[in-house]
Formats: sequence, C-alpha cells, structure tokens
Amino acid sequence: MLLYILRRLLQVIPVLLGTTLLIYFMVFALPGDPIIAMFGDKTPNPAIVAQLREQYHLDQPFFVQYFIYLGGIFRGDFGIAFSGEPVSQILARTFPVTIRLSLIALAIEMFFGILVGLISGLRKGKLFDASSLVVSLILISLPIFVIAFVAQYFFGVQLAWARTTVGVGAPTKDLILPAFVLASISFAQIVRLTRGSVIETSSLDFVQTAYSKGLSRRRVIPVHILRNSLIPVVTYLGTDLGVLLVGATVTEGIFNVPGVGNTLYQAILRGEGPTVVSFVTVMVLIYLGVNLIIDLLYAVLDPRIRYVK
Amino acid sequence: MSSNLPPNPPERSANHFVAPIEETPLLSIDSVAADSQTSNLWADAWRDLRVRPMFYISSVLILLVVFVALFPGLFTSVPPNNQCLLAHSNGGPTSGHILGFTRQGCDIFSRIVHGAATSLSVGIIVTVLTASLGIVFGALAGFYGGWLDSLLSRLGDIFFSIPYILAAVVIMSVLVAYRNVWVISLAIGIFAWPATARVLRAEVFRVKTSDFVMASTALGVSRFRILLRHILPNSIAPVIVVTTISLAAAIVAEATLSFLGVGLPTNVMSWGNDISQAQTDLRSAPQTLIYPSIALSITVLSFIMLGEVVRDALDPKARALR
Repeated sequence: MLLYILRRLLQVIPVLLGTTLLIYFMVFALPGDPIIAMFGDKTPNPAIVAQLREQYHLDQPFFVQYFIYLGGIFRGDFGIAFSGEPVSQILARTFPVTIRLSLIALAIEMFFGILVGLISGLRKGKLFDASSLVVSLILISLPIFVIAFVAQYFFGVQLAWARTTVGVGAPTKDLILPAFVLASISFAQIVRLTRGSVIETSSLDFVQTAYSKGLSRRRVIPVHILRNSLIPVVTYLGTDLGVLLVGATVTEGIFNVPGVGNTLYQAILRGEGPTVVSFVTVMVLIYLGVNLIIDLLYAVLDPRIRYVK
Repeated sequence: MSSNLPPNPPERSANHFVAPIEETPLLSIDSVAADSQTSNLWADAWRDLRVRPMFYISSVLILLVVFVALFPGLFTSVPPNNQCLLAHSNGGPTSGHILGFTRQGCDIFSRIVHGAATSLSVGIIVTVLTASLGIVFGALAGFYGGWLDSLLSRLGDIFFSIPYILAAVVIMSVLVAYRNVWVISLAIGIFAWPATARVLRAEVFRVKTSDFVMASTALGVSRFRILLRHILPNSIAPVIVVTTISLAAAIVAEATLSFLGVGLPTNVMSWGNDISQAQTDLRSAPQTLIYPSIALSITVLSFIMLGEVVRDALDPKARALR
C-alpha cells in the first residue's frame, strides 16, 4: 500500500510540472503581448510598459520566468488579480462557497443517479428504463448554460420557487437550484454507469446464490447487487470533478453565486487575461489534487488496484 | 521396449512429417460451407444498425443539419443580417418570420439556418484534429510500448489534466485578435485528443497479441505494415464511437466558449453567439434564447444518439446490456 501511494505521488510530479508549464507556455509564448493587452484599446506609456515587464519578470528568459512562477505557486502565491487583490485572498473567500455548491450538486447527482440507474438496471427494457434513457440522452445534449437559463426562467421567474440569483453570503437554500443545474450534467453519466454495472452484476453467480439461499430482494439488491456495482461510479468521480469545475464556472456565473467559478467567469467576461490564467491554474491544481485523493481512496476500496504494476 | 521400435529408423527429412494428402481427413474438415454467412464485425454491426429506429432518426437529423449548413438559401429567403429592423426588436412571430425576431430585429429562423454551418464546421474540424492526433499517438504508444508508450502516455496525462474548456478559455483569452473558426477548433482540439488516444492504445494493446498478428509477423510482414494493415483496422471500432460523441462535445464546447464571450467574434453567426446575446432578454423575449438552444440541442442529440447506436452495434458487450 505504501509503495502504491509512493508511486502514485511520484506520477503526479511530471503531470504537475507539465500542466503548469503548458499553461504558462500558452500564455507567454502565443502571439499577443500580455502587457499591451492589459491596457485594452489604449496606447500605453512605454516607461510603464518597461516597468511592468520588469515587475512580471518578462525581461527574463522563458524558463527563468516559469520557475519564478512555479516557485510562487508552491508558496501559495498565485499572483495578483486585476482588481489588485491577491488571488490567494480571493480564493480564501470564494472557495468555501464553491465547495458547498459542488457538494450539494454531488449529493443530488449521486442520489438520483444511482437510484434511477439501479431501477433501470433491475427493470431492463421496461418502460422506466426506456424513459430514463430518453431523459438522460436529452440532458446530455443540453449545454449547461441552456439548462441553467431554462431552470432560472421556469423555477425562478415563472413559478418563483427559488431566487433567480444567489443572495449575499450564499445561503444554502439559494444554492439548491444552481446545484440541481450543476448536477444535471453528470446525472445522465451516473445513471448509465450504474445501470450497466447493475445489469452485469445481477447476472453473476453470487447473486443467484444469494437468491437461492432464500434471501429476499430487499436484502440482495442493496447488499449484493448495489454495493458491487458502485466501483465504476466511484471511478467516475475523478472525471466528474472536471465536469463540475467547468460547469461551476458557467452555473455560478449565471446564478451569480459568489464562488471561484464566478470569479473566473467575471474575469473572462472582462477579458482580464492574467486573472483568468491564475484561476485556471488553481482549478487544474484542485483537479489534480482531488484526483490523487480519489485514486488513493480507490486503492483502499479495491485491493486489486494496489498490486497492478 | 526396444523391440517395439522399427529396426531402421527412417532418415529424418521434411516429407516424413507430412502425411500424404489423400490419407488425411483434413480436406473434409477444412471444407468451407460457402453458402453460410461469414461473421464479420462490420457486417454484424451493419445488420444490427439496420433494425434500430434510433439509427434512422439520428442519421436523418444529421443529414438535415448538414444539408441546412451547406445550402442555407434553400430553407430561408430572409437574409440573416441585412434586413434587421429595430422596429421588430424582440418581436413575436409574424407571417414570413415564424420564430420571431432578436433584439436587433433580425429574423431568428434565418439566423438559426445560417448559423448551422459554423457549429458544424467547428465540430468537424475538432473531430478531425482529435481523431488524427489520438490515432497517431494512441497507435504508436500501444504498438511500440516501452519508452515511447511512457512518453506519449505522460504527455496525454498532462493534456488530460486540464479540462479542455478551461484550456480553450485560456487560449482564446490570449488570442483575442485571432478569433475565428480555425483557431477556436484548434483551441478545443489540442486538449481533447487524449481521450481518443487512451481508447485506441488500450485496444491496440489487446489486438497486438492476436494470432493473426503473429501470423503476419511469421510471414515476414514489416512491423509498421502490420500496425497499419492488420492492427489498426481491427482496433478502430471504439475510436469511431468516441469520435462521434466528441463531435457533439465540440459543438457544445464552441457554444460554451461563445457564451462565455471568448468564442467567435459577435459578428460571426453561431448558435452560441445567439444564445449568449439573448441571455439578457430571457424574461422579456424567451424565444430569442429558446430557439437557438433547441437547434443546438437537436444537433448535439443526434450525434450522441448516433454514437450510442454505433457503440451498441460494435460492442457485443453493450448489446447484452440492451
């Protein structure tokens, strides 16, 4: 187990260096001058440009710049946002809101996704299964911002069940509608994974054995079938996080949730390049970190993983 | 013991190991029933597809969208841009303008028809790009293994670790002055290929241990030719499925980027731009948002449906789940 953790940690290092290098490269090696871009349409004073170049180490060679930037990241210094506030300070304020939103969304998609997937799998080919397939296909093909607008229009404006935008301090009851929207993206995936896995598990011998020794469906389904069908769903959690991060950018923007995603969304809308890059870097680091944790948890759940070379 | 052996063991030569052909039952065993149907992945898949209504629905929808994109003039005679009257701003449907008007007073139906080409071309360019990168990297990594595999797989991990929409957001924010269909497709595609590469790598890994590969090696076929002629055609099936679905994902990605304001410039007609511009009028004129969204979703849905039926047809395991 220790060896597995060690190996997995070692694997993260090249990916971490690679992703940060790639993001850094994209911004500073592509055509377009980041300093000139900061001034928008105005023509900047050359003395100010030179000073800014020095301040951002742009007069140094590329790799020196990169290592200065990387060193900053390791010290928790992600740069300064366009508003003049350090990115780390903005993160401290907005991150808890995003975590709350994502956790509610995760709970919703897991609960409904696994439930619908389980029922579909047990009643393969019946009406419920067919309709859940249709609903999940439609949900997959609707872009998140369309779902968000439609939900905002129907539940916020027409039915007035929820507030259309989230209030100050993001009270949890205001987060429920955005969380449902966020959950809708991965709901379909979870339904299909669970369904496939349940069908496969149900045909295995140990399930037949469980039935033939007289266990009731109420015991076999949750204990024997469901528990053994959940491994692909757990694996999906890692991918799902990327979906949630992108989805949070759009959803938080539309519902005005004061989270990390909204900060990124606003920065994109205002065309604040350096802030966008800082927040994308943060999101990628979160993504890598959580994926690492999920992989380690997965090894705890499934001993076979630890021994694979 | 020794008396059982023939007194003079025959000299070892090749013709002693092969029985005369008349004495072997091999001929009757080997005879092929010429009238029986051959089993072949593609033929089986095609037979399976032909009976599925979802295949026809999605194909017809895709053909329709392609047709609309190629010949928008056949579907609407209203020019999308140069007959916009602010008097019609956010107006409801009238005769000749069945879906109503945008805020700028442009005909919504006409804009949807003329916007199809943009969404579709981004989808196709991204798909060609991800498929080519994914196939080349996946096939090389799976076939040659070793350090090349490690290198390409780690490279894939790096690109895979950045959600591709976020990566495209960064690229597009930097390339403000260069926003067009090609650049946006490149920005999406350059980070979307590892999924295809991973699928193909796993499949090539599986196929390269097959008997027919060993047979080709024994016949002296060169390694590269084996990969090209024997392994790739037999491992491409899952790539086709991933590719169909990635076309849908690329169309959504373009719309999302346009929605975020880092996609195509606002003077380019695209469904994403129309949806983005309509968001402020959601309460007063929901039709400006709903109709482009429906067009976008139907296109995406048809590609996803096609991907689903093709997956079912190509993968016997998926067929069992049906």
